[in-house]
Amino acid sequence: MKKVISRIAQSIKLPGLSFLMAFTITGIIIALSDEKVMNKIGSPIEFLKSAGASVGNAYLALFQGSIYDNRLIKGNIFEGFYPFFETIVTATPLILTGLSVALAFKSGLFNIGAQGQFIFGAIGASYVGFRFDLPVGIHIIAAATAGMFLAAIWGGIVGFLKARTGAHEVILTIMMNYIAGYFILWLLKTKTFLRPGRIDPIAPEVLDSAKLPLLAGENFRIHAGIFIALAAALFVWWLLTKTTIGYKFRAVGANSQAARTAGISVPFVITATMMICGALAGLGGAVHVLGSEHSLNADVAGSLGFDAITVALLGRAQPLGTVFAALLFGALHTGGRMMQSNTGVPLDIVVVTQGLIVLFIAAPVFVRYIFRLKKLNTSAALTSKGWNG
Amino acid sequence: MSLELKGITKTFGSFTANDSIDLKVETGQIHAILGENGAGKSTLMNIVYGLLKADSGEILIDGKKVEISEPSDALNVGIGMVHQHFMLIPVFTVAENIMLGHEKSNKFRVLDLDQARAAIRTISEDFGLQVDPDAIVETLPVGIQQKVEIIKALIYEAKVLILDEPTAVLTPQETDELLNTMRDLKSKGTSIIFITHKLREVRAVADQITIIRRGKVIGAVSPSTSEAELASMMVGRAVDLAPAKYQHETGGPILEVKNLTVRDALGTSIVKGVNFHVNSGEVLAVAGVQGNGQSELARALINLEEHIEGSILLDGKEIRGSSIKQSLHAGIAFIPESRELDGVIGSFSIAENLILDLHGQAPYSKGLNLSAKVVHSEAEKRVTEFDIRTQSIMDSVSTLSGGNKQKVVIARELSRPIKVLVASQPTRGLDVGSIEFVHERILAQRDAGRGVILFSTELDEVMALADRIAVMYRGEILDIVGSNVTREELGLLMAGITSAKAGAK
Amino acid sequence: MKKIRSNVQKRRLQGVIIISLLSSLSFLYFGLLKPGKDVTTFGFVLNNEWVIIKEWIIASQTGARIFSAISLVASALAIFAYKKERTIVFPVAIASFGILMSFLTWIASGKFIPFTGLLQGGLLLSIPLIFGSMSGLVCERSGVINIAIEGQLLASAFVSGVVASVTQQAWWGLLAAPFAGAAISYLLATFAIKFSVDQVILGFVINVLVIGLTDFLYKKLLIPHQNTWNSPPTFEVIPIPILSKIPVLGPIFFTQSIVVYLMFAIVAGVTFALYKTKWGLRTRAVGEHPTAADTVGIDVNKLRFRNVMIAGFIAGVGGAFYTVGSVGAFGKEMTAGAGFIALAALIFGKWSPIGALFAALLFGFATNLQSTLSIIGVAIPSEFMLMVPYIATIIAVTGLVGRVRAPAADGIPYSRGGSH
Repeated sequence: MKKVISRIAQSIKLPGLSFLMAFTITGIIIALSDEKVMNKIGSPIEFLKSAGASVGNAYLALFQGSIYDNRLIKGNIFEGFYPFFETIVTATPLILTGLSVALAFKSGLFNIGAQGQFIFGAIGASYVGFRFDLPVGIHIIAAATAGMFLAAIWGGIVGFLKARTGAHEVILTIMMNYIAGYFILWLLKTKTFLRPGRIDPIAPEVLDSAKLPLLAGENFRIHAGIFIALAAALFVWWLLTKTTIGYKFRAVGANSQAARTAGISVPFVITATMMICGALAGLGGAVHVLGSEHSLNADVAGSLGFDAITVALLGRAQPLGTVFAALLFGALHTGGRMMQSNTGVPLDIVVVTQGLIVLFIAAPVFVRYIFRLKKLNTSAALTSKGWNG
Repeated sequence: MSLELKGITKTFGSFTANDSIDLKVETGQIHAILGENGAGKSTLMNIVYGLLKADSGEILIDGKKVEISEPSDALNVGIGMVHQHFMLIPVFTVAENIMLGHEKSNKFRVLDLDQARAAIRTISEDFGLQVDPDAIVETLPVGIQQKVEIIKALIYEAKVLILDEPTAVLTPQETDELLNTMRDLKSKGTSIIFITHKLREVRAVADQITIIRRGKVIGAVSPSTSEAELASMMVGRAVDLAPAKYQHETGGPILEVKNLTVRDALGTSIVKGVNFHVNSGEVLAVAGVQGNGQSELARALINLEEHIEGSILLDGKEIRGSSIKQSLHAGIAFIPESRELDGVIGSFSIAENLILDLHGQAPYSKGLNLSAKVVHSEAEKRVTEFDIRTQSIMDSVSTLSGGNKQKVVIARELSRPIKVLVASQPTRGLDVGSIEFVHERILAQRDAGRGVILFSTELDEVMALADRIAVMYRGEILDIVGSNVTREELGLLMAGITSAKAGAK
Repeated sequence: MKKIRSNVQKRRLQGVIIISLLSSLSFLYFGLLKPGKDVTTFGFVLNNEWVIIKEWIIASQTGARIFSAISLVASALAIFAYKKERTIVFPVAIASFGILMSFLTWIASGKFIPFTGLLQGGLLLSIPLIFGSMSGLVCERSGVINIAIEGQLLASAFVSGVVASVTQQAWWGLLAAPFAGAAISYLLATFAIKFSVDQVILGFVINVLVIGLTDFLYKKLLIPHQNTWNSPPTFEVIPIPILSKIPVLGPIFFTQSIVVYLMFAIVAGVTFALYKTKWGLRTRAVGEHPTAADTVGIDVNKLRFRNVMIAGFIAGVGGAFYTVGSVGAFGKEMTAGAGFIALAALIFGKWSPIGALFAALLFGFATNLQSTLSIIGVAIPSEFMLMVPYIATIIAVTGLVGRVRAPAADGIPYSRGGSH
C-alpha cells in the first residue's frame, strides 16, 4: 500500500510542481500588471496585501467561472455546477483535437495541423447538417462522418506528401492551416454556405435533427459530444495498445529505421496516422458545430488546434492523460472568461499559464533543478524528431 | 614524454567501467592496451583525453600530476587521439578539418586556409602521409580519413598519441602500413598508446602490453607472449577463436544474385553488377574493407535499398522489387549491421521487439487484434531458447547489453521459417562470449541446410566460418575463393589486387 | 537495359517537364485561347527617380505572347541543359519570369500595374522574413532548431513599439528590440541546451507563451493607454543620394528606412562570417558533428548558446520592422505567422543565407502580388490569392527541394559520454 502511494506521489510530483510554478508566475504577472497594486509600490506591506488580493480575486473568479459558483444556485445545488458543465463543453472538442495530436506523437509525427483538420471537420458537418433533411440519429452520424471524411483527407494529404517526398510535417501542417483558414473565409462567401440574408461570414444553422442531444436540459449547454470524445479516447487507447496497426504506429514512432528493416511500411504508417489524426480532429470540428455552435463561422476553430498541442503535451500523448489535460485547459479557458469580466484580467493570461505548464512538464530536468530534487519520474518526456528524423 | 595513470576509476551507475587502473607509458614506446569489446579500454582513453571525468585517480606526465578535464587540456599537455569513430566533419575539406579548433585568420579575420594547407604538406612529407588538403572528407576512403586524423593529432604536436582500434577499418596491407607509420613516429620520439583486441598486431608492434578485462588491469606482459596466452588473459578462460571446421552437407544454389547494381540517392552506383550464389548448407562470407559496398549489398538482398537493378532469385523465385516484408517472408532472415539503429527498438519491451516482423501473422494476431497472451508466451520461450539475460520480457531492450540485444535480433530472425540467413557484421562490438554464441547459431543454420551469407570485415571471423569467400572492392566482387585461401591473398584482394593483376606485376 | 536516373536527375527532369508544360499552357491560354482584349499598362516610376520609361503600354494579347515565347525559348534551353547534364537553374528562372509576366499582362488587361511598386512592396513584406530566417540560420547551423522565430519577432515588435512610444524615439525602439529577441533566445537556449528539452516542442511552447503574454499586455496596457504605450514614431525613409535615382532599382533598394539597410548588412555579414571566419567554421562544425568539435577543444554548448543569443538579436531587428520600421503601433499577433514562413524560407533555401534570402524574397513578392492584384481588382477571389505563398511553400518543400539535408546534428542536444 505504502509503495502504491509513493508511486502515485512520484508520478504526480512533476505535474504538481509544474502547476505550482506556472500559477505562481502567472500570479506575479497579474499582480504586476494591476495598477492598483503598482500604486502601492511605496509601502511593501500594502503592496503585498493588494497584490495578494488582486491575484486571489483573479484565481477565485477563475475557479468560479470553471468549476462551481454558489451564487448561481437558485433552486438546487446542481445549478452551482453550471460552470463545470461549461468547462466540459469547452473541453469536448479539445479532447478530440488533443487526441489527434497525441496519436501523431505516438507515430513520431508532430501534428500542428489539427487546426486545419478541425476546420474541415466543421465544414463537412455543417454542410450535411443544414443541407440535408435526414432522420434524427442518422443525420448526426451522416454529418459527423462527412466532417471526419473531409478532415481525414486534409490530414492524409500531409501524410502522403511526407511519405512521398520526405517534406517535414511541421512545415506542411502549418501551411495547410493557413490554407484551410482562407478556404473557410472564401467558402462562407459562396451562395451555398452564406446564410440567406446575412453578409457576415456565417453558414445556416444545422437542422434540429443534426444537433447533438443536450444532457442536462435546456438551461445547460452540455451535450452528448463529451461521450463521443470519451469514446474516441477509448478508441485511440485500443488502437495503440491492442491492435497490429497501433503496434506499427508505435514502432515507427520509436525507431522508424528498425521498423522499416523489419518490413513495416513507413509510408503507410505516416499516411494512415495522418488520416486518423485528421479524422479525430475533424470529429472535434463536427462535434463543436453539431453540439454547441450549431452553425459554421469563420472563427469556428478559434485557437483550438493550437491548444490541442499543449493538451497532448501535458497529457504526454496518452489518451487518458489527454482527456484530463483537455478538461484542465477547458477549465482555464472557461474560467478565464469570468476572470476577464469580473476582475479585468484579460483572458489571454490563461494562455501564458497553459504555456508555462507545458514548458515545465517538458523540462523535468529544470523542475528538478529548481526544487533541488534528487529523483523525479521523468520517464515519458516527449520528443519529436529533428528535421532529419 | 611519459604518461602514467594511477588508480583511475570510473563508474556509470552501478557499472564499473574502470576499476583503479594503473598504467605507465614510457617515452618513445608503443604501449598496447589489449582487451575485448566492453573491457573499458575506450572509457579509459576518453578519460585520458578529457572527454570523460574519472571518479578518482590521477594522470601524471613526466612524473608531474596534470589536470585533464577538457580535450583542450589534453591537447595542451601534448596528448593526441585518433578515435575509433573518426572525429572529422564529413562535409568539410581536409584543411578545414585540420585547422578546426586552432584556426589562424588574416588581418581581415578571414580564415587562412593557405597556412593550413602548408602545415598539412609539411607533416605529409615528414611522415609520409599523403593527403589532398582540399578534398572533402566524406569523399575519401576510410584509410585516407585515418591519415587525416593522424595528421590532425601531429599538427597539435602530440607527444603521446592514442590510437583507438585503428585497424578495424583497414586491409591487412593498410594495417601493415599503419604499423610502419607507428614505428616511424616512435623513432621520432612520440609515445603511442595502441588500443586493440587483435593479438597479431599487438605482437608485431608493441613494446609493452597491458591487458584489461572487465575494467581491471589483468597484467602487463611482453610482446613475446604467445597468442593463446594473450587470448586467455584477455577473456579470462581458454578460448578457441576458430571453431573446428568439420565436414557438412552442401546442397544446390538457394539464393542467386545476378548483375545486381545498387545506387545511392544521387545515382552513384555503390554495388556494381555483382554475381554470386549461395548453396544451401553453406556459409558464403563477403569480405572486404568497410565501405566497399558490402552494407548496401546486404541491405539490397531484402530490398531495403531504394535503387536496385538486376536479379535476386530466392529458391528460383525473383524477389527483387518485392517489398521488404515480402522479402523477409519469402524466407530471408536479416541481421542488420547496426543493432541499435536497425535491429531493435530501444524503448520497446523484449516481447514487443521479438514480433517486429511477425506481428501481422498468426498466432500473434488475428485480424487487427494483437494477442498479448501469445506474444508473451512466445517471448518467454525465445528468452529461454536463446539465453537472453533479462529480468523480465517486459523490460525495454535499451536496458540490455550489446550481446543480449543481438540475441534478441537473432531470436526474432531465426524463429520463423527461413531459407537464407543474411548476417551483416553480426559480431561487431560484442564480447567474446557473445561472439561465440553468434558463431554457433550461424553454423547451426548452415548445418540445418540453410544458406548463410555472412558480411564481415573481421578477417579472422571470415576465415573461421566461411566455406567460400567473396571479396568486395569498390562495389565489385573481385573474386570468390575457397576457405583454404591465405590471409595474404585475401589482403591483396581486399586492396583491389587480383591474382591476374598481381601476376602481371 | 533501361536507363536508371538518379533522384537529382529525376527532380531535374520533373522540373524541366513542368516548366515546359507551364510555358506552353501560358502561351496557349494567355496568348491564343483566352487573350486579354484590352491593353495592359506597366508603371515604372514610383518617386522622383530618373525617368527612362514612365509607362509601358502593350496590348494584353501581344504582351502575353511575347513573354510566353520568352519562357518557351527558356524551356527549350532548360531541356538542352538537362540533356547536357548542366544546371537548369537559370533557364528555369527565366522561364518562370516569362510565365509570370505573361500572366500579369493577361490578368491586368485594361488595368495598370505599378511594376516598381510591386517589387518594392514585395521587398518590404519580406524584410521580417529575412531577419527571421537569418535568426533560424544562425541557430540551426550550430545545431539548435529554432521554431521560436515567431515568438522572437512578436516579442521584439512589442518591446520596440512600447519603448519607442515611451521615449518617443524610434531609435530607442530599434535598440531595445534586439534585447527582446535575445530574451526569448535566452529562454530557448537555456531550456534546449542546459535542460535538453526537445527543441521543436520547446519552440512551439515559447511561441504560445509570447503570444499569450503580448495579447495580455496589449489588452491590459496598450489598448487603455494608447497614447503613452502604443504610439511609437517610425523611421523616415533615407534615400541614398544618386543611387536612389536609378530607375526601378533606386526605389527598391536605395529609398528605404534604416531597418532595410540593416537587413542587407546582416545578410552580407552572416554570409561572410559563416563561410569565411573562425566563428563560421566552428559554428558549422558543431552543427554537423559536435563530438568532433569537442575533441579539438571547442566548447560546443557555449558556442551554441552564444549563437542562439546572436539569433535573438538578429530576429529582434526584424521585429522592430513591424512597429518602428513600418506601421508604428503594435497590433495583436501582428507577426501573423511570419516566423513560420521565415522557417520555411530557411528550409527552402537549404540552410544557406543566400538561399534563405531568395526564398524569403519570393514569399514576400507572392504576398505583395496578391495584394496588388486585389487592389487593381482582378477576378480571382482574394482568399485564393492569399493562399498562394502557403501553397508555394508546400510545393517548395515537397517538390523543388525534395529531401534537403539539415545540418546533421540539428536538434540534438549535445552531452559528453552520451554513450560509453
